[in-house]
Amino acid sequence: MKEEFIQKIGAYIANEVLKQPNRVIKPDQALISSGMIDSFSLVDLALFVEDNFNVHLDDSELNKETFDTLDQLADLIASREA
Amino acid sequence: MSTFSELLINSYREVPDRVSITVLLSGQEDRPITYRQLVEGAAVWANTFDRQGIRPGEVVVLILQHGFDLIFAYWGAILHGAIPSIMPFLTEKLQPDRYRADLTALVGITRPECIVTYPEFEEEVRTALPQQSSVRKLIVSNALSAPETLDLQAFKGLQRTEQDIVLLQHSSGTTGLQKGVALAHGAVLNQLNSYSQALQINEQDVIVSWLPLYHDMGLIAGFLMPILKRIPLVLLSPFEWVRAPARLMHAVSKYKGTLSWLPNFAYNFCALKTRDRDLEGIDLSTWRAISNCSEPMRYESHRAFYDRFAPYGLKESTLCTCYAMAENVFAVTQGGIENPVLIDEIDREAMQARKLAEPASTQKPSVKMVSAGKPIRNVEVKVVDEKGHDLPDRHIGELVLRSDSMLTGYYHRQDATEKAIRNGWYFTGDYGYKVGKDVFVAGRKKEMIIVGGKNVYPMDLEEPAMEVHGVHPGRVVAFGVFNEAAGTEDVVIVAEVDTDIQEERDVIGDTIRQTVTRGSAVALRHVYLVDAKWLIKTSSGKNARTANKEKYLQETSSSEL
Repeated sequence: MKEEFIQKIGAYIANEVLKQPNRVIKPDQALISSGMIDSFSLVDLALFVEDNFNVHLDDSELNKETFDTLDQLADLIASREA
Repeated sequence: MSTFSELLINSYREVPDRVSITVLLSGQEDRPITYRQLVEGAAVWANTFDRQGIRPGEVVVLILQHGFDLIFAYWGAILHGAIPSIMPFLTEKLQPDRYRADLTALVGITRPECIVTYPEFEEEVRTALPQQSSVRKLIVSNALSAPETLDLQAFKGLQRTEQDIVLLQHSSGTTGLQKGVALAHGAVLNQLNSYSQALQINEQDVIVSWLPLYHDMGLIAGFLMPILKRIPLVLLSPFEWVRAPARLMHAVSKYKGTLSWLPNFAYNFCALKTRDRDLEGIDLSTWRAISNCSEPMRYESHRAFYDRFAPYGLKESTLCTCYAMAENVFAVTQGGIENPVLIDEIDREAMQARKLAEPASTQKPSVKMVSAGKPIRNVEVKVVDEKGHDLPDRHIGELVLRSDSMLTGYYHRQDATEKAIRNGWYFTGDYGYKVGKDVFVAGRKKEMIIVGGKNVYPMDLEEPAMEVHGVHPGRVVAFGVFNEAAGTEDVVIVAEVDTDIQEERDVIGDTIRQTVTRGSAVALRHVYLVDAKWLIKTSSGKNARTANKEKYLQETSSSEL
């Protein structure tokens, strides 16, 4: 389940944010603190998560303290789904 | 005529309990600031500047986040007669090297006497200062000294005259920070008088703004005009708005907002990124003018915004336009207040090949140009050719202007001032044309990228990218590519690298992204790594950005990215 989240969100970031479809993003790679995802793309990411996993991320959670890696984001989604 | 300090003190005397600003911050109660509180809060800073030996006429650079400290420190500097300038604050931890470059650029040219920041940034700012700099005092926000009593007459700002410089405005980045637009009290107040007349300001008006204060649109339209003209201001944070654009609509609905200013990208951003759920119960019918300003205006962006928010009471007549620049304090033209914004459909080929804005015929491809409106009172606009000769209607040339609200000069930059102002006319570096009194902006001469309403100089992105290990020194180019869906430009960096191993290229690409984003707060949309000798250079060895942009567009459109 978690692998599926990671794979799906990773593919989304590679395609839509980085424009590098062949890119594989590692589960522990920093996304926000590294500057890979900027604030404009964060809103898109939140909407993507909501549409695909039916989990709502509040705008106050869109920061590196809440999640900075795919791994952390997947955990967050899993905890909300339960 | 008057000065900033006199006007603020008058408001304190005449309407002390009127709310001037309502500050909206996430997770906190909305906090109103009355004129009394504004003057009292600013007085603490004015007293601190005085105690620290800062003299009227000296420059105070504010490195503070959007919020109360920034508001009070700004007005404190004004009341003390000092000249405030806001330096963009980076949200992530500052990257010392880049920040040092920016500060050095600012300090080297502007030669400020004082810098204000938070205690946690003191050390970082201190190490970034060059040795023997002009900065005599570094004031931290928790070391303030309140005056024993509030003596309104004692403010040294009251001794300033109309001709004195009241503030400096910089654009961001190392290059932008080297050119501070110096504005006099009289120039700003002339602008506020003629602009509020153009906007037909009335008693019901409430301005709602999320714009950053280091930018002219946020500083003038979304801060100084409402405070000085006693128009209630509802102030949101740009960092919070970008994560939840519906905050703007909530604020307009709750406070019966009537006026806002938005850069073009924000129309697309709001339209695409708000959910119905976020808009429940919202009423936007009070909004009477949203002025599209600070980046190229797109007809499609207006349509998308209107279609999205019309069900919540947004009126079509609310969509206004404005052409503005810090060198004229702010507005040059305003459209959509008296009459709907004029849309001019012109022939694309004639515009591109012959620099003519010919009305479109039905068979040929066309472009819908959005009028920026007519010059506001006291501003004259002309279109001139390369030799500076006036051009007739519908001929595309450089826009030049003359007014009673122009800059005094670029601060300590006589050279740049002389280049920009010729015979009393300011050469904007923007291309455009006129139809009667309506002004249309159709491109720009300067190699600036405008992304999300922010002006970015390509060299400020190229320089940090060149320092990345694995990138050929001097073989980097940055430019903007218009993105239809986003309604703004995407920033692209093309860099020559040696390696053709994909993993190594990924590392280089990520490092470029990280270095540039953290150093300039501009997010790169695409880092395009190429082999050696890919970039086209001009004979002088200078970067030929346009040619490289065309080559990039050809390659990326013909192959998979």
